[in-house]
Amino acid sequence: MRVALFLTCVNDTLYPETGRAVVGLLTRLGVDVDFPMAQTCCGQAHYNTGYRHEAEPLARHFADVFAPYDAVVTPSGSCGAMVRELYPRMGERARAEGRGDALAATLAPVVPKTYELTEFLVDVLGVTDVGAYYPHTVTYHPTCHGLRSLGLGERPRRLLEAVRGLELVELPGAEECCGFGGTFAVKNADVSAAMGADKVRNAESTGADVLCAADNSCLMHIGGTMGRLRTGMRPVHIAEILASTEEEAAV
Amino acid sequence: MSGTYLGMPAFPEAARKAVGDSTLRGNLRHATHTIRDKRARAVAELDDWAALREAGKQIKDHTLRHLDRYLVQVEEAVTAAGGTVHWAADADEANEIVARLVEEAGGGDSAEHEVVKVKSMATQEIALNEALEARGVHAYETDLAELIVQLGRDRPSHILVPAIHRNRGEIRDIFRSEMSEWGRPAPENLTDTPAELAEAARLHLREKFLRARVGISGANFVVAETGTLVVVESEGNGRMCLTLPETLISVVGIEKIVPRWQDLEVFLQTLPRSSTAERMNPYTSMWTGTTDEDGPRTFHLVLLDNGRTDTLADEVGRQALRCIRCSACLNVCPVYERAGGHAYGSVYPGPIGAILSPQLRGTGSDVDASLPYASSLCGACYEVCPVAIDIPEVLVHLRERVVQGGPAVRHGNRVVLRPAKGHAAERAAMRAAQWAFTHPGVLRTGQRLASRTRRLHPRTLPGPGRAWSGSRDLPPVPAEPFRDWWQRTHGGKDGSE
Amino acid sequence: MSSRERILGRVRRALADVPADEVPYERAVAREYAREHGRRSVAETVDLLAENLADYRAIVHRCADGELPGLLARLLAAHGSRNVVVPPGLPPGWLEGAGAEIVHDRAADTPQELDRVDSVVTGCAVAVAETGTIVLDGSPDQGRRRITLVPDHHICVVRVPDQVVGAVPQALGRLDPARPLTWISGPSATSDIELDRVEGVHGPRTLEVVLAGGGQDGRTAS
Repeated sequence: MRVALFLTCVNDTLYPETGRAVVGLLTRLGVDVDFPMAQTCCGQAHYNTGYRHEAEPLARHFADVFAPYDAVVTPSGSCGAMVRELYPRMGERARAEGRGDALAATLAPVVPKTYELTEFLVDVLGVTDVGAYYPHTVTYHPTCHGLRSLGLGERPRRLLEAVRGLELVELPGAEECCGFGGTFAVKNADVSAAMGADKVRNAESTGADVLCAADNSCLMHIGGTMGRLRTGMRPVHIAEILASTEEEAAV
Repeated sequence: MSGTYLGMPAFPEAARKAVGDSTLRGNLRHATHTIRDKRARAVAELDDWAALREAGKQIKDHTLRHLDRYLVQVEEAVTAAGGTVHWAADADEANEIVARLVEEAGGGDSAEHEVVKVKSMATQEIALNEALEARGVHAYETDLAELIVQLGRDRPSHILVPAIHRNRGEIRDIFRSEMSEWGRPAPENLTDTPAELAEAARLHLREKFLRARVGISGANFVVAETGTLVVVESEGNGRMCLTLPETLISVVGIEKIVPRWQDLEVFLQTLPRSSTAERMNPYTSMWTGTTDEDGPRTFHLVLLDNGRTDTLADEVGRQALRCIRCSACLNVCPVYERAGGHAYGSVYPGPIGAILSPQLRGTGSDVDASLPYASSLCGACYEVCPVAIDIPEVLVHLRERVVQGGPAVRHGNRVVLRPAKGHAAERAAMRAAQWAFTHPGVLRTGQRLASRTRRLHPRTLPGPGRAWSGSRDLPPVPAEPFRDWWQRTHGGKDGSE
Repeated sequence: MSSRERILGRVRRALADVPADEVPYERAVAREYAREHGRRSVAETVDLLAENLADYRAIVHRCADGELPGLLARLLAAHGSRNVVVPPGLPPGWLEGAGAEIVHDRAADTPQELDRVDSVVTGCAVAVAETGTIVLDGSPDQGRRRITLVPDHHICVVRVPDQVVGAVPQALGRLDPARPLTWISGPSATSDIELDRVEGVHGPRTLEVVLAGGGQDGRTAS
């Protein structure tokens, strides 16, 4: 099986350690993962801000880059949802605008073979115990697009529960949005910040050292809020926890 | 819609004040969290909820897609049952019709010059009370929350519970100071217990119910095959207004139709559980035209367009017309919980308001152009919607209309909208990003530049960047982007630069 | 052009994308939901009705047919009712022995006159177990809508098990849409103060439901 890592533009630029963790984790599980260098951005920020037509070339580019692979793995719930939920919709809209089936036909092949990381581990590889070791108290925040668009369900939790040394504590109000929402975070900064502060207070109330999620965009917002509110907690991407072993422990 | 909302500031400015108001935040948090949990339990009781939701969606979609036929059927059935049907293309026309009917009924020439009203979103939308007041007719709101809003000279902030922004202490103060001006004063020593407040409303309104000659309502549903109207309520004020007066005038949006009697079996299960989290609301009234010696002798149905046909013309946006006004999306929305209902600048607040108002009114005003952005697209609204309106989908669609313009229908006419002002810098940034993202080499150069200058990056930003860094630290830029690490360690199998 | 023609024209233009041969109503709606939730015996359905009525603060009583007049007399006396309004077709035996003055509803009565009446006793058209609902349809044993609205105390007699259905779809099937219908689930209530439910606003603040029929104590054989 030819497996490609779609890291996402945000992770590539700001969170390379998440990418290294995914590569380490998948390699440890026997997957030969490739990182096609031509990859850039799925177009989600454009699409969700109202620039659907500007997002189309990015979607076509994505489809071209990842066409040769059997599976595409991404450590981002929202970028995974962009491909799986919104690429088909972009094709439909183009058709409704009288532009024919070309876009839909170009995008269709990558849609079913794109997986968010925890889906790939649980559904494709069939593992929940990835042999990880992470001696910390962790609370898990299910990000909105992973939760509601992709339906990740219990997958992340099952993976975390199998990690040795990890104590998983329940996050109050877990399913409430953290307030990131892409450009929402700056267009409606006051509401976004209020939501972020509530999320961080809930996280703090658990007594955990680490808040874990499967999306670094949300973690950037939550972590930035934690920093500003001077909490002792850290945001950590789930890939980094799952990649951590007794031999090579993540901090 | 209503002139009351003209000149409203854009959503972010209005929301900023609400976020800083700790009493309001507390009131909203308490109320929305209470109802959220209850709704989840009421819905969980029905193991076929998903099938009911899908059927509700299909009934409404089918009706909307054949609305011309069903409107004519409603007209025939209501007329055959003894009612009179009127058609109103916009708010002014609807208000004219109602005012004329009130005068004809004699509600306007009696000593009282008054009508009693059941809570109705359609009449709020057209600002009927203000229009009647201008003709010397007092319209008394009889729903408890509407009464609180009316006495407090306030604006509604929730579809189901318009006074949700008020706590019990504030309500007591309003009753104490204002009831005497409108009729029977509040009892002496009124406390803030909900039971006493409800009792005060009962006493205050009873004299108005008993002497009213004209009642005004909306309707939750109109059944096309029978001409039956349905009003779902809790307090009994609806029953009072629908049965005691001699004349009843119902103002109903054209999207409220369901084709058949049997269709009510879906909505009478989904609406109460979604709105008040009850298995069934205390009272539901159903009437078909007039009945001899029972209820009003004269019944008028005013069918209201007021932007609905414009909304219907949009293939993506028309799903907003499926809405049955349950409020579940408001109660679950994290943005509504913090911003409150007033920030939405419309009688329709919350997620459904954010897609309904810019379609009914157009995206011309500051507030309407900002509403599609009043969401983090978290999707909680779609999840709870009993007719499966994909609110995030419509929000994104309307964002597109705001920034890109394009074809739309306004007042029944095809128009081509121009992109809204104030998005030029964003548009340029989006285009630049698109160029970089379709040229991986450009992206890489940018990433490297950021990494090499990372020691110079501040933790907060000046100017527009403060929207982020006013409340959140910036993430540190790493020493190298992932792709450089990959190329160093894995040799960069495909050279795509 | 009339507003009627204007609106219908706008609707037709707005729906230009809808194909002429779209699926008809019968095939557009998949009614895959349940007619009733769970399987219950007749007796269990009546028990569920009693349970759900009580859950929304209706006061529930059960009696055999022969015990009904005695029970109604006791309920009116316990409420301290001086007078009671009755619909024209209330079975004549029901209020035999009631101490309260019987007021016959007349079309000419004003709401103010009705407001001076303490109680009302009616039958019902159908009762819904899953939701704890009674439905009135204006039949002679139920009367005009106003008599069950203005008095503060409503006693409603449900003939069990004949008038009881399990769920909402079955109730709609039994009702005639041409009649004025009132669905009642508990006494009047409001959630308008902090979204907290409080019973007792404009409608009757006391709702008593008598489940009458069957053998001793109204218990129905399964």
